[in-house]
Amino acid sequence: MRNPPLSRNTIRGSVHSSRPHDSAAKQVAGEALYIDDIPEPKDLLHLYIAQSEKAHAKLLKLDVAAVRLAQGVVAVLTAEDVPGNNDASPIAGDDPVFAEDVVEYAGQSLFAVAAETLEQARAAARLAIIEYEELPAIITVEQAMAAKSFVLPTREIRRGDAAAAIKAAKHRLTQRFEIGGQDHFYLEGHIALALPGEDEDIFVYSSTQHPTEIQHNVAKFLDIPDHAVTVEVRRMGGGFGGKETQGAWFAAIAGLAVKLTGRPAKIRLDRDDDMIMTGKRHDFVANVEMGFDDDGRVSGAEFIFASRCGRSADLSASINDRTMFHADNCYYFKNVTIISHRCKTHTTSNTAFRGFGGPQGVLAPERMMDAIACYLDKDPLEVRKANLYGKKSRNVTPYQMTVEDNIAAEIITELEQSSDYIARRKAIRTFNKTSPYLKKGIALTPVKFGISFTATHLNQAGALLHVYTDGSVMINHGGTEMGQGLYIKVAQVVAEVLQIDIERVKITATRTDKVPNTSPTAASSGADINGKAAEAAAINIKERLTKFAAEYYGAKPSDVAFLPNRIRIGKQVVAFRDLVHLAYMSRISLSATGYYRTPKIHYDAETLTGRPFYYFTYGAAVSEVMIDTLTGENRVTAVDILHDAGKSLNPAIDLGQIEGGYIQGMGWLTTEELYYDDKGILKTHAPSTYKIPTCSDRPATFNMKIFERGENVEETIFRSKAVGEPPLILAISAFNAIADAISSVADYRHYPSLDAPATPERVLMAVQKISETARADNLTEAAQ
Amino acid sequence: MRQKIRYVHRGKIVEMENIDPTMTVLNYLRYDKALTGTKEGCAEGDCGACTVVLGELTDGRIKYQAVNACIQFLPTLDGKELITVEDLREKEGELHPVQRALVDANGTQCGFCTPGFIMSLFAEMHSEPKADRSHINDVLAGNLCRCTGYGTIVDAALTIAQSNGKDQFHARETQTASLLHALGEDAGLHLTWQDRHYFAPKSVGELTDALASHPEATLLAGATDVGLWVTKQHRELATVIYLGQIKELKRIETQENSLKIGAGVTYSAAWAPLAELYPDFGELIRRIASTQIRNSGTIGGNIANGSPIGDTPPALIALEATLHLRSKDGVRNIPLEEFFIDYGKQDLKPGEFVETVALPHPKADAKFATYKISKRFDQDISAVCAAFNLILKGDIVEDIRICYGGMAGTPKRARATEKSIIGEVWNEETISTALSCMTEDYQPLSDMRASEHYRMLIAQNLLRKFYIETTTPDVPTRLVGERGFAYA
Repeated sequence: MRNPPLSRNTIRGSVHSSRPHDSAAKQVAGEALYIDDIPEPKDLLHLYIAQSEKAHAKLLKLDVAAVRLAQGVVAVLTAEDVPGNNDASPIAGDDPVFAEDVVEYAGQSLFAVAAETLEQARAAARLAIIEYEELPAIITVEQAMAAKSFVLPTREIRRGDAAAAIKAAKHRLTQRFEIGGQDHFYLEGHIALALPGEDEDIFVYSSTQHPTEIQHNVAKFLDIPDHAVTVEVRRMGGGFGGKETQGAWFAAIAGLAVKLTGRPAKIRLDRDDDMIMTGKRHDFVANVEMGFDDDGRVSGAEFIFASRCGRSADLSASINDRTMFHADNCYYFKNVTIISHRCKTHTTSNTAFRGFGGPQGVLAPERMMDAIACYLDKDPLEVRKANLYGKKSRNVTPYQMTVEDNIAAEIITELEQSSDYIARRKAIRTFNKTSPYLKKGIALTPVKFGISFTATHLNQAGALLHVYTDGSVMINHGGTEMGQGLYIKVAQVVAEVLQIDIERVKITATRTDKVPNTSPTAASSGADINGKAAEAAAINIKERLTKFAAEYYGAKPSDVAFLPNRIRIGKQVVAFRDLVHLAYMSRISLSATGYYRTPKIHYDAETLTGRPFYYFTYGAAVSEVMIDTLTGENRVTAVDILHDAGKSLNPAIDLGQIEGGYIQGMGWLTTEELYYDDKGILKTHAPSTYKIPTCSDRPATFNMKIFERGENVEETIFRSKAVGEPPLILAISAFNAIADAISSVADYRHYPSLDAPATPERVLMAVQKISETARADNLTEAAQ
Repeated sequence: MRQKIRYVHRGKIVEMENIDPTMTVLNYLRYDKALTGTKEGCAEGDCGACTVVLGELTDGRIKYQAVNACIQFLPTLDGKELITVEDLREKEGELHPVQRALVDANGTQCGFCTPGFIMSLFAEMHSEPKADRSHINDVLAGNLCRCTGYGTIVDAALTIAQSNGKDQFHARETQTASLLHALGEDAGLHLTWQDRHYFAPKSVGELTDALASHPEATLLAGATDVGLWVTKQHRELATVIYLGQIKELKRIETQENSLKIGAGVTYSAAWAPLAELYPDFGELIRRIASTQIRNSGTIGGNIANGSPIGDTPPALIALEATLHLRSKDGVRNIPLEEFFIDYGKQDLKPGEFVETVALPHPKADAKFATYKISKRFDQDISAVCAAFNLILKGDIVEDIRICYGGMAGTPKRARATEKSIIGEVWNEETISTALSCMTEDYQPLSDMRASEHYRMLIAQNLLRKFYIETTTPDVPTRLVGERGFAYA
């Protein structure tokens, strides 16, 4: 609408209102462009990457002579052709784009072929003569721990004397469990399209959450200045963390092909190559010991985490730090030790994935709460409540941050009532007595998730806002759109500040030449920091227009009010577009930048103490499951979620994140299994073998609600809270409910040993084991 | 024979020649026609991002079915109507009712899977939409979404089912039907491209001749396996003979003692007749792959490709199905179980093809059950598939046929286990003895789907489950399906 009516009391698309995703109409019509949909430029070259077949080997020979001669081949790209630094790592400089001398995982990039067609490039790549000398490969966490193979130093957080407290406690419990990894399975695989420009310039379309890092990596790879590389991303077909660092090598290779040939070049990974080559969620082995009293209140807790980081550091430092920062979840552990081992293995380098190590951290205490409850024959919810952080006391985390915004108890209590948890738990126990083969289980788990990048410098954002003379507005910011609804939320912020209908605001593709030096869209921070930067730019413009209007109409700035699509100056009312035009004619700048940095946070990376998080997001879920004790098959049948989004910027978008996060977490903990063989070859690298949830896996009963009283105590963008990652962690309730159902087989006298994901096989094995334990009990009792 | 492919698109007949016959419909759309609305998510028919809809004339009406464009070869469009996501907008550019419903339900996030969902919902709107969640789950099982958690998409599907809306395709159904009717009169197809050949005979006679002259040819039915040879293994297929245009092979005939299913009958077409005879067979079909794959894949293909983890052979073998093989030399009938000789080896002579499989009607007093175990209920490949066919005389077992998939290099009967049961009383003791015989019958493998230990355990437990279901039918034992206790 070019001329919105001037009589309305509210704008369309204000903050706190539900709006569909900004691209929804294009997406349903097949008109939203993803990188592979951009019309292909003339002379486009297609790239294919040849991969290592060994997990760990010396590269004795890499002869690509025959590849060069193959039909359609225009260039073969090897480590020797790299003008700059053969690295595409985010931090450590340990991610060679092309392997040199040694390969450290099966799937590692050896060289790339640029050809007229993808089929030609792929066929030519097979002609290389490659000789390996195999070296011993470390595949699993256990092997890495035995070999003391670490990619980064072990870290520790200690408060008090956990060992002594555990020893002194009336009761003690130890649990060991494995937590599987997870493939992102974004529907759009990694892709980069690079175009040559003038001078040394290269323009790169990259499906990335971090255009700036792509820019830096392409520049350093090609030994050209950052200003010569422009990176653009309008949207990704899903990211989930998998496109925070992992897109860099593909962009670098496409850039090199452009450099070597002067022709545009595209690299698009098919599903198998994407899954084999790129990093995933870290899998963990966790050993936890807790000492507690008769109420289940924990006096000492010791966590030892070991994660599979893969061949390089990538973001494993921050990811494992976040695991440590979430091993408390909502609970106060007076004496606590948290140890984190970061294992080097000859597998793909694991990377960011929604929750960023946090979900694995939270799983540890949540398993323990249930184990303690089982041991004490209590409702696990009572044990949880006994351990919650206090408001005035018992409110300091192991990393010395005071929890100032604790609403865990309120959320748990409200959910306990709305879900009818206690009655259902009772009914389930009755059901299980009468159902010999199918068993039900239930669990309520909360989440507290720290919001901010733990790498403090990343907590900054920029925006660029133009107002055109017809009153339409363009906003650009450093955040990227991967489906999470960031663009519409930021547009709502701008519409709100300027009081114009949202249709008048266009968000344009994220580009490094519009807003520079950006942070990745990650850590759930997208709307928090980019929304604030856009708000700052809009306020800047609003102030200029206010000053101008006051001067122009001879009024005081305090007499100027921005009403929906219009401005009132005293008694005068003028349409926004007319005021803008007047301002232009009076030579007022209608373009502004905005900048934001998160306040209050500080954190000592050496001692792992401080205030790494600006605030916490909370939520809780009740999941109910049913398992088949003859086969181990299982199904989540009902879920109730209450989640805190502060004052939600867009409830429809936030509910989408909550539901999507839960289902993705449920997949992680149930059906999604990454299977490496003993040679380190990933055998589950396509949807035929790697099973993410499908439509019927969504629980038949799915009740979810945003916590109505939610409001951020900190001054975030319109008091909203970040929502991207925390809901994934709610799915721990599904895993714990499965454990509860298994426990019923032993009449709840034992807590099952169950690793994640809870595939039918793992569930059946746990059922078998607990049945044997129960039988042994009965024999002992009979003997007595 | 004809040299040009002819299909209907946007109300017109499109003709094509000189094309690679193993180019996929998806690559043709995206890279030849720049119709990029249809996406590639996996190139193996497992994610549904590439879903397009094919219209075919069935009894004078157009039947619209969703298929995976990523594994369908271009010439298989011949004689059909193709509809992609770009074709849906109404006149004046308004969104199609299905598109509008998904926007209104907030059913898109990253949007990459969205066109595939739109096409599945479009096909559903043109079949018999039901405002029933478990039905919608079946309709959408072949469309993966990683963002939404599906709730909003199901909401959109419910809206569509309740609205009974009409669209431009309804409006021009008569014209389209007459175009398709005209195409139906075309002769068989023989394409050549470089050194590749593609035949689409229109009768069993033509097929027999084509195969006799090209015994090395790859027989193509639903392309749900052969398609992957090209898209995943990057194999080059020199000669392909397509069975999908042969009406005789698409017949399902109820005979006095048996149900005869032509080799070209899709899972979708076979679903209802099989479910009627054997409800559990119906449930098995529901669990096989997805709507898109069931619309393409055939029972004949599931048998002929000889996979040890195909889902229908265990059930068919347990039910004493007979296979009819045809070649220029005539017809050969063999018990289905004898077809599977060894891993990768079937009793199929050069020039011979699977023509029909015949399934006996249920015997009086027979009890039949089949079970599929996989990591995910829908759209997954079995770790173990089991089928049991029991005939009791009083409480004595007169006969039992037990067959498993996933336990050996072929679908294989549990002969030792059967032997221990036959003639015994159908009771706990007999089952206990039988379970211990299972290790004589099978030495399963470990792979990414299951360990050998789990496979053996599950094989034993499924026999136990069958025993439980036959002796105490009121005790709940099923999580999913029509008898499912936890929701289908």
